[in-house]
Amino acid sequence: MLLEFRDVDTYYGDLHVLKQVNYSIDNGEIVCLLGGNASGKSTTMKTIMGVVRPKRGSVVFDGEPIEQLPTSERVRRGIAPVLEARRLFPRMTVYENLEMGAFLRQPGPELEEDIERVYELFPRVKERRSQLAGTLSGGEQQMVAIGRALMARPRLICMDEPSMGLAPIFVEQTFEIIQEINRRGTTIFMVEQNANMALTVAHRAYVLQTGQVVLSGSARELRENPLIREAYLGEMQVAH
Amino acid sequence: MSETTLVTQQVINGLSLGGMYALLALGFTLVYGIIELINFAHFNVFMIGSFIGMWVLQAFGLSGQSVLLTGLPLIGALLAALVVSMFASGVLGVAIEKYTLRPLRSSTGSAGGTIGMITTIGVSYILFNVILLGFGADTKNFPNPLPTIHFDVEGANLDLRVILIWVVSIVLMVALWLFVQKSRLGKAMRAVAQDAEAARMMGVDVDRAVVMAFFWGSALAGAAGLIFGLYYNFTSFLIGYTAGLRAFTAAVLGGIGNIPGAMLGGLIIGLIESLGGQFIAVKWTDVIIFAILVFVLVLKPTGLLGTMAPSKS
Repeated sequence: MLLEFRDVDTYYGDLHVLKQVNYSIDNGEIVCLLGGNASGKSTTMKTIMGVVRPKRGSVVFDGEPIEQLPTSERVRRGIAPVLEARRLFPRMTVYENLEMGAFLRQPGPELEEDIERVYELFPRVKERRSQLAGTLSGGEQQMVAIGRALMARPRLICMDEPSMGLAPIFVEQTFEIIQEINRRGTTIFMVEQNANMALTVAHRAYVLQTGQVVLSGSARELRENPLIREAYLGEMQVAH
Repeated sequence: MSETTLVTQQVINGLSLGGMYALLALGFTLVYGIIELINFAHFNVFMIGSFIGMWVLQAFGLSGQSVLLTGLPLIGALLAALVVSMFASGVLGVAIEKYTLRPLRSSTGSAGGTIGMITTIGVSYILFNVILLGFGADTKNFPNPLPTIHFDVEGANLDLRVILIWVVSIVLMVALWLFVQKSRLGKAMRAVAQDAEAARMMGVDVDRAVVMAFFWGSALAGAAGLIFGLYYNFTSFLIGYTAGLRAFTAAVLGGIGNIPGAMLGGLIIGLIESLGGQFIAVKWTDVIIFAILVFVLVLKPTGLLGTMAPSKS
């Protein structure tokens, strides 16, 4: 197991957001977290990154509890985020944004090689490298955000709504890239509204409702589950 | 003096004042850029920096118009005054952040906005009264150890002192610019300023970036305090408010949170003060400067180069 939640309860003040949640994500998997608004999806991401701390329960990464560790230590151990709405540093160049992804690593030739690898994955990012990140289109920003996460050489990438606000062509591209990164050996845990897409690329999925895991299973099982078809896939098809 | 000579003279004066305001404005902008806080304690950190500069020079036996030291010893004394007043002011700024603003930040989640601002006003009063009670209300003669050497620029006087002020201001601003643009810590500061939560998730220690902003901002205020003393040949517990408000206007005019903006705003305010004083009337200087503050806030709250508007709280 690379990442596990063991009976995690997370609160915002008095608000009980995650209720005895259990997840387990294996090395090399793409796992997707589905759920409506206010179901606790983003809180899950924040609990992993250490932006909020669980009141009870344990978050285990690579066999060790990390729920008391500061965010920087979690990044150092190999967890990198792709944040909701991308959240690049808008007045820094694309290159500087990539550098920030490797903030905790020693500068040196290895770092330059990794930047080259990101350029290889996203030739568009290379073209834009001296531009301020805030001037890029949504799709280009998403590439930089994923590239920035890769710069940390993570073992686990946590993605919060990678398809949000993207044009359909970029949504497809983003999911292809996610699969490619996964093939190269990085485990991926993503929160996604676009259940259709997410269940196509993911191996497994969890469904979260008002802070509780109500369903989990392989992506194929969930795609065929009538409840899911009605609540998520159906809704998505109508929205299209 | 002819009209052109007067203009030249006032431009020389304005650039000196402008350098000082720019250094002071940078402190407002660094801190605002990172935690969206208008730090009114900055006024009196500047004032204390001026006192510290004076004490260091006095420790070298310098007072009044003395030309006791020349050559290398003089340069050494001035450098010591600069370094000590910058360092002590920087430490004072960090202490203000650590003991008054950080507890606020951890209990309310933010040191910006009204609560933080009012806290800094309180701290400002404390600093002001400590100096008033400890050292009296009288104006202090600031040592003027520099030999009076003038250069003639089309009839206008260019003091050695003024050149020195320019050199110090430019060197400090370039150093700050390089630090913020090129160094790892400087980049971390910019990242925190643009998106603190995202920066934290890259592994940046946000508290450390905030401390750095207070340290360097306050250190520059210390340098500005020394420059004030050398330029006007006096210091007093009162100097923080006038210079501080003008520098604050400079920061807003240039675009609060924007470093080149603070430098540009400082120079413009300095030039307005000297040229306005010459060609309109000294008594109108503050009216002009604060009218600019009001106009900028109403018409272009992001300032000349800025990207963020001061929050309305």
